[in-house]
Amino acid sequence: MSVTMPPPQPSGVRDPAALSGWAGHPERVGFFTDTSICIGCKACEVACKEWNDVPEDGINWLGQSYDHTGELGASTWRHVAFIEQRARIPAQEAGVDAPLIEDVPLTQLEREQGFRWLMSSDVCKHCTSAACLDVCPTGALFRTEFGTVVVQEDVCNGCGYCVPACPFGVIDQRKSDGRVWKCTLCYDRLRGGFEPACAQACPTQSIQFGPLDELRLKADDRVHRLHDEGVPQARLYGHDDDDGVGGFGAFFLLLDDPEVYRLPPDPVVPTRDLKEMWTTAAKAAATLIAATALAFAGRRAR
Amino acid sequence: MGTSFGRGGATTFQQDLQNSDCIVIMGSNMAECHPVGFQWVMEAKLRGATIIHVDPRFTRTSAVADLHVPLRAGSDIVFLGGIVNYILSNGREFREYVERYTNAPTIVADEFQDTEDLDGLFSGWDDERRTYDTSTWMYKDVAGIGAAAGEREHTETSTGHDLGSHGGGLGGRPPHRDMTLQDPRCVFQLLKKHYSRYTPEMVEEACGVPREMFLRVAEVLCDSSGPERTGAFCYAVGWTQHTVGVQYIRTAAIIQQLLGNIGRPGGGILALRGHTSIQGSTDIPTLYDLLPGYLPMAHPENTDLGSYIASNSSRTGYWGNMDKYAVSLLKAYWGDAATAENDFCYDYLPRINADHSAYQSVLDMMEGKVKGYLLIGENPAVGSSNARLHRLAMANLDWLVVRDFVEIESASFWYNAPEIETGELKTEEIPTEVFMMPAAAHTEKDGSFTNTQRLLQWHHTAIEPPGDARSDLWFAYHLGRIIREKLAGSTDERDRPILDLAWDYPTEGAIAEPDAHMVLREISGWDAQNRAVTGYTALKADGSTTCGCWIYSGSFADEVNQTARRKPGQDQTWVAPEWGWAWPANRRLLYNRASARPDGSPWSERKRYVWWNADQEKWTGHDVPDFVADKAPDYRAPEGAKCEDAINGDEPFVMQADGVAWLYAPAGLKDGPFPTHYEPQETPFHNPLYGQEHNPLRQTYRHRFNAYNPSDGQVGSGVFPYVFTTYRVTEHHTAGGMSRTLPVLSELQPEMFCEVSPELAFERSLEHNGWATIITSRTAIEARVIVTDRLTPLLVQGRTLHQVGLPYHWGTNGITTGDSANDLVPLALDPNVHIQESKAATCDIRPGRRPRGPALLALVEAYRRRAGLEGAPARQDAT
Amino acid sequence: MSTTQERPGLVAGMDGRRRTGKGEHALVPDVEVRTYYDRPVLKQPTWKHWIPEYLFLGGLSAGSSLLAFGATLTGRRTLARRARIAAVGAIGAGTAALIADLGRPARAANMLRVAKVTSPLNVGSWLLTFYAPAAGVAAAADVFGVLPGVRTAAQVGAAVLAPGVATYTAVVFADTSLPAWHGARRELPFLFAAGAGASAGALGLLLAPAEENGPARRWAVAGALGEVAVSSLMERRLGEQGEPYRHGRAGWISKVANACALAGAAVGLRRGGRRGGALLAGALVFTGSLLERYAVMEAGKQSAAEPKYVVKAQRERLAEREREAPPA
Ligand SMILES: Nc1nc2c(c(=O)[nH]1)N[C@H]1C(S)=C(S)[C@@H](COP(=O)(O)OP(=O)(O)OC[C@H]3O[C@@H](n4cnc5c(=O)[nH]c(N)nc54)[C@H](O)[C@@H]3O)O[C@H]1N2
Ligand SMILES: Nc1nc2c(c(=O)[nH]1)N[C@H]1C(S)=C(S)[C@@H](COP(=O)(O)OP(=O)(O)OC[C@H]3O[C@@H](n4cnc5c(=O)[nH]c(N)nc54)[C@H](O)[C@@H]3O)O[C@H]1N2
Ligand code: SF4
Ligand code: SF4
Ligand code: SF4
Ligand code: SF4
Ligand code: SF4
Ligand SMILES: [Mo]
Repeated sequence: MSVTMPPPQPSGVRDPAALSGWAGHPERVGFFTDTSICIGCKACEVACKEWNDVPEDGINWLGQSYDHTGELGASTWRHVAFIEQRARIPAQEAGVDAPLIEDVPLTQLEREQGFRWLMSSDVCKHCTSAACLDVCPTGALFRTEFGTVVVQEDVCNGCGYCVPACPFGVIDQRKSDGRVWKCTLCYDRLRGGFEPACAQACPTQSIQFGPLDELRLKADDRVHRLHDEGVPQARLYGHDDDDGVGGFGAFFLLLDDPEVYRLPPDPVVPTRDLKEMWTTAAKAAATLIAATALAFAGRRAR
Repeated sequence: MGTSFGRGGATTFQQDLQNSDCIVIMGSNMAECHPVGFQWVMEAKLRGATIIHVDPRFTRTSAVADLHVPLRAGSDIVFLGGIVNYILSNGREFREYVERYTNAPTIVADEFQDTEDLDGLFSGWDDERRTYDTSTWMYKDVAGIGAAAGEREHTETSTGHDLGSHGGGLGGRPPHRDMTLQDPRCVFQLLKKHYSRYTPEMVEEACGVPREMFLRVAEVLCDSSGPERTGAFCYAVGWTQHTVGVQYIRTAAIIQQLLGNIGRPGGGILALRGHTSIQGSTDIPTLYDLLPGYLPMAHPENTDLGSYIASNSSRTGYWGNMDKYAVSLLKAYWGDAATAENDFCYDYLPRINADHSAYQSVLDMMEGKVKGYLLIGENPAVGSSNARLHRLAMANLDWLVVRDFVEIESASFWYNAPEIETGELKTEEIPTEVFMMPAAAHTEKDGSFTNTQRLLQWHHTAIEPPGDARSDLWFAYHLGRIIREKLAGSTDERDRPILDLAWDYPTEGAIAEPDAHMVLREISGWDAQNRAVTGYTALKADGSTTCGCWIYSGSFADEVNQTARRKPGQDQTWVAPEWGWAWPANRRLLYNRASARPDGSPWSERKRYVWWNADQEKWTGHDVPDFVADKAPDYRAPEGAKCEDAINGDEPFVMQADGVAWLYAPAGLKDGPFPTHYEPQETPFHNPLYGQEHNPLRQTYRHRFNAYNPSDGQVGSGVFPYVFTTYRVTEHHTAGGMSRTLPVLSELQPEMFCEVSPELAFERSLEHNGWATIITSRTAIEARVIVTDRLTPLLVQGRTLHQVGLPYHWGTNGITTGDSANDLVPLALDPNVHIQESKAATCDIRPGRRPRGPALLALVEAYRRRAGLEGAPARQDAT
Repeated sequence: MSTTQERPGLVAGMDGRRRTGKGEHALVPDVEVRTYYDRPVLKQPTWKHWIPEYLFLGGLSAGSSLLAFGATLTGRRTLARRARIAAVGAIGAGTAALIADLGRPARAANMLRVAKVTSPLNVGSWLLTFYAPAAGVAAAADVFGVLPGVRTAAQVGAAVLAPGVATYTAVVFADTSLPAWHGARRELPFLFAAGAGASAGALGLLLAPAEENGPARRWAVAGALGEVAVSSLMERRLGEQGEPYRHGRAGWISKVANACALAGAAVGLRRGGRRGGALLAGALVFTGSLLERYAVMEAGKQSAAEPKYVVKAQRERLAEREREAPPA
């Protein structure tokens, strides 16, 4: 029996592990993915697959800039997004935005708007209030002692409920196998005292792993520094306990709106409205009873 | 780099980039091709450095750089020369460094004439032999090393890369110097004159870089110079793969000398090498004209050991010890059979009498002159320029051995080469017998890698190789053993070199794997008592020491495999001297004596690295000093001193005969003492600087399968109006044998593609995600189209230039297959190091897939006709 | 903060907008929803046709149990028995459908490994665990006429659990992140309750003798009208978020469903008293109700497939919040 709705806490990083009944558990850990220093090398994607034995996800030309794996899914637990934009990072000067060339019938003004190429490595957010975990009927999804959210592959019966529940479109069913899969935050490695494979592989420390409260402090510093350096677009995403999912275990520094990276701008765990939903259901049930009564009211059998 | 500073390796190490105030990445896509090392660039950026990326394309490196400068492929010398000019005309040089640590004051011989005087040629040009008499380039009143000066140039060789060995030979120290740098014949003034044409306007005209943008780069770079600040250059094959490739690097070397950025932390020129151990394979070369440690191969006129050494060593500077290195090497080859009486078996060495470089050998295969071929860890059917020519040539061999992990295209061409589809080759008519031999991977064998920063790192066998797979060491050793067994008892003189070899490595295990540690021990060397030597300073010329490669000497010091050291970074200084072992003598930052002032004190607190400790009377600091440890700054070489003793206490470039870095290279290069812009072999533009269009010494091959597209001004040049360049992407590795076979990598870049600007897409109706056919006079290939703002048209010489980007990883085998960009690249080489020009050529591009079968030949033929290239052999341009 | 400088990324794909010709490029701020190559933000449910069928069958069974209970109380013996049999049949088939949809059907029992109020599917599984045997026993006892005490208890039990069985499935859908479902959380339970009534009533019309079908007819008619009313109310309230119910496959299924329901209701009202009319009305309402579940299912999928539903609603929510409490 597990109930996983953490009551609101006053401040600080929330402790979902404790709420899930872990006593004396280790610190809550997670990721701070600083996309401003991501070089799009995809080492994280590859390292994740190698360590976790994740199968091929289809060899398809997508042509989304250099992204050909599309998005997170059952067989892609880290995904690197590539976004080419006619926009400027004020601190950066991209030569390809130089206005030139008279005889080209194209829009030099567009070039003048600047150019930037954003890259960002996405992953399961290990939500404080995790919809996938909340709705899982089998308990296959559970909260680990590290505060992360993991599927037990020997329990999952592939009911698929977690799939539409996740507000980030992360978890998915693997067709060949029937079960659902997602990032485990390398649970096996954490238990062995190692950092996750993707973080270890990341050459630029775009993926930083560690205790969540420390990461939040680092992230605050970083975003302020970027603002000072002339990157006003820098913003944190998922670092706030008061957001719709109670803060992410894996949060991000972005250089544009979340939706540009295929991230929902204001994610909310659907179970937040659980009470309302059950109450409505009760009202509907009552209505049904009333309707029954009405239908039979009046004359007895004709 | 060998010519400029004395050694052919990166002058610094990647970790040192973090100390830089400005990093110029040019001719490399560092973030994509060296992502792990790139962390130090990011670290520098976090510490406030300015990162500049100069590249025809906006890449993943540009994405995190502060400034990206797109330029025309093949125009870098104008850009870099422009910086030289900017520095000199604005007095931005680091004066004291230039005066004391470079050859700026040296007076050059009166015979020398510059390109300024000869419209793009230097003095000594022999139109008949199409080569320079380089003796006219000497310092005033210094003898070159006679006849051998010509051969000397070979020593700056390394295949796939520019990196050579050491400076050119000098008869002695130059007698004439003008420390005021005013003499019109001093290097400084000649340099000024040579680059006076390289103005910002010229940069704009030739490179397509707006002058303001160019000036910003020059400005930032100059601001990162002086006692308190340093800047670094990183380059790789975006520079080397040109017909003037070596001179690109030379130009950067000149800038770094002028700005005082060599031998100092956060400075330097970081050559980013390719394959894990490509540095190792030039140090202990797989090249036809070099012996280990950059000792030159013997030539016919070097009739005995004495003449070989005389013509290759230098009286002054470290290179004066070459006899010790050469004799120790011969002892390693022939052991007890090598004695002082028999010249240490010097006669056993083969002599170079002709060009036996890889590309020449392929043409010889085509002619039927080469019958057999061993391909060990190489895939020329995809990876080599004019890959099509390679396939056709290999189809003309009697036998071919391919040692690889998978059946690469070079092993399968006889049944699935594109030429089978076009009907040019028929499987049943190909005589080649192909032996595919499975190779053990690095995880399945002991051995070392020498990485980009000359760092040797040992790897251990993690699992035994599967099945018949064997290491290359196993193959080489047992092949030698079996040949020796077969020849045993032979009295034929020509078999002696093989029979006398010291070929006695211990083997171990069920597969009789030779002990790699013992091989390293031999490379490192031992003395008369068979004790491991401490380093190359312990080597002797009397035959009492044995050493397989003098620059690696000491890697097995104290009988310990120094390369296997793995002390964690947090347990030692940032230089991490106890991680692996770097040549030479475990130095990480070369010429580090230059990090101190002439008097031995650090230039500044901030840039302190190695300095003279007067109390202890020796050089101390963060690294192994690249200097005689106790040679005081005020040491003055006595008259007639030799070798290192001839180098003064304030001359940091100990490998050079004159102890200083060379702004001007009086010897060591074939194509000029000063880098000069020449147009690529194929170019839509004329040389805006000189009448001389191309590098006069570039190597071209007249062959019907190697036709060159007409360049600017020639008939038909408009047929191939676009410039294409080739490169890598992070997701794949070189010719693809190790990446296109893996699903995890193939899904990340699933198809061959080309990158074009929206403007070119518009001009040629190319659609994003559609297909395009790219055509040259060699052949045509197809690719998926990426229309991207990352490419931009440039305004060059008043015309719009479109550039096409092509990764070169694809071939016919594996999980993801596609056409090979190298089928388009012609063979045209740099004269110094024989590297192909795969970074700039011309093409046409049109929408849609290419025709199949014979129709492909028809398409190419139609283009050739339009370009006036009908028939064979293709017309050769006059140069 | 969204100025022209920060205009939506024109990605490598040339979508024609770039090609506006010199000088006439759009400087107007883009009001369009920004996305990552139009990729969905959410995952579509992996559920196949079994799931709407399971929803339908659950509702049908629950409605039938209630109908049977009422019929028993009001002495409509034939209707009661037939409805009871229908209830057990439907719940059996519904459970089978649910299991068939599992990725790992062999692990169906894992549904009862835990008890979790946050998981409506788990709650539902427990409900079914009690409800299905109750319905079964009630039907069996009725058919075989044995164990009157147990029979009554089972009948009461089934009837008590039935409203839950009819409506929890709405929470299953509502408790997801799909805008079309979660957004409809206030209506879905009523829609499904009405559906339960409609389908059970319709089946009653089909099964019961004309003289006993009055309540079934009233149920069918009221349920069908209820479904139509609730769904149109829901779509209206959802506004733009309701679009997935109106467009595409969901749109036309829902149109047919509504047509069936309305036609069935009309026939039921005017001719329901006669056998022929009852059969026609029953068939129409039954079909309409089944289709309605398919429509809801499809709408959910469609709302996941289009990133704009997710992004727009959330953007508006953010803007709303900012209006209420402007950031410092
Ligand atoms: N992931 C990955 N890493 C690799 C390899 C790999 O295959 N895959 N290969 C390894 C090997 S063998 C090597 S040699 C290195 C090579 O490393 P790099 O030299 O960095 O790699 P390239 O992609 O060949 O070329 C670098 C850049 O040069 C640019 N360029 C082309 N022409 C010119 C020019 O004329 N001037 C200038 N300034 N730039 C130009 C190209 O646009 C390209 O971005 O990478 C090594 N690392
Ligand atoms: N157009 C164009 N062409 C280029 C370049 C370019 O930039 N543009 N770059 C050039 C450069 S820098 C390089 S380095 C070359 C690379 O070109 P190649 O060296 O021809 O290509 P690779 O695919 O690296 O081939 C190496 C092979 O060695 C195998 N191998 C790996 N380890 C071992 C081992 O331990 N033993 C044995 N026996 N085999 C092993 C691999 O499976 C692989 O098939 O390409 C060159 N060609
Ligand atoms: S992101 Fe989705 S899958 Fe990950 S924990 Fe949150 S709800 Fe679950
Ligand atoms: S699919 Fe597996 S993990 Fe997801 S909700 Fe169902 S049982 Fe839980
Ligand atoms: S934490 Fe582990 S499972 Fe999760 S993305 Fe990283 S490597 Fe993959
Ligand atoms: S490994 Fe790091 S730098 Fe590379 S793509 Fe992933 S997050 Fe970005
Ligand atoms: S592949 Fe090896 S050499 Fe290349 S960046 Fe990665 S770790 Fe370094
Ligand atoms: Mo290379």
